[in-house]
Amino acid sequence: MAARTLINVPKRAKRGKIIAIKTLISHPMENGFRHNNIGVLIPRDIITSFVCTYNGEEIFRATLHPAIAANPFFTFHTVATDSGTIAFRWTGDNGFTTEANADITVE
Amino acid sequence: MPQHTPADTSKVAQRGPAGAIRPNRRAFLAATAGAGMALVVRPARATPTSMAVAIRRVVGDAQPTPGKVRLNLPPLVENGNTVAMTVSVESPMTPKDYVKAIHVFAEQNPLPNVVSVQLGPRAGTAEISTRIRLADTQTVIAICEMSDGSFWSDTVNVIITLGACLEDS
Repeated sequence: MAARTLINVPKRAKRGKIIAIKTLISHPMENGFRHNNIGVLIPRDIITSFVCTYNGEEIFRATLHPAIAANPFFTFHTVATDSGTIAFRWTGDNGFTTEANADITVE
Repeated sequence: MPQHTPADTSKVAQRGPAGAIRPNRRAFLAATAGAGMALVVRPARATPTSMAVAIRRVVGDAQPTPGKVRLNLPPLVENGNTVAMTVSVESPMTPKDYVKAIHVFAEQNPLPNVVSVQLGPRAGTAEISTRIRLADTQTVIAICEMSDGSFWSDTVNVIITLGACLEDS
């Protein structure tokens, strides 16, 4: 089960420069406290973890709770060290997993 | 129709068909209305105590010092379902001195934890943004953990006009 993602990573960067990474993923983040129209509790269905790796090395990890808004959005920073791949991985309830990649050229 | 004074209404209410004394209707209604109010179930809420427990789980015995962290939230929020939040920490972010983690807690949400983020020296700057849910007007706390093991915090009061939905929407 994969969800739509939107990743914003600069295509090229100067070595040693700090770059901003923005990620967005479509997910309802059902918080598990709401009831449906017949009064039955809607079970929790959220993304619980988001990890970002830069050429295999972990640079950012977030643990998400029901208090994160639907379609989780994150902005964070990293130092552009080498050309390569920045990989993103979201995992959540009910076996939810989505991966995305972005390539970066460092000069 | 003749006007009843409070004195004679109580007299009428207390005389039943068989002349037996019945409870005053007005008193009965007042009593049952009160009972009905007491039965209204409130949605689960994190309390300052449960937030303190959640914070204790993160910081252990350490006491977070106010400073270094800046929690940026709008002071007045119209819709608690999506509140843009930025947390930044003053840190050189070198391999010797960097921010290890940032934790955010909300006092009046059903669960006190909002988000926990692990950073490293490779981040360059310790600044993150995300969008959170806030159930009610409340205090939000950001706590950061430095590589030397110290904890720093920032507290912000947020006024919410429409809280994040806990009930059916």
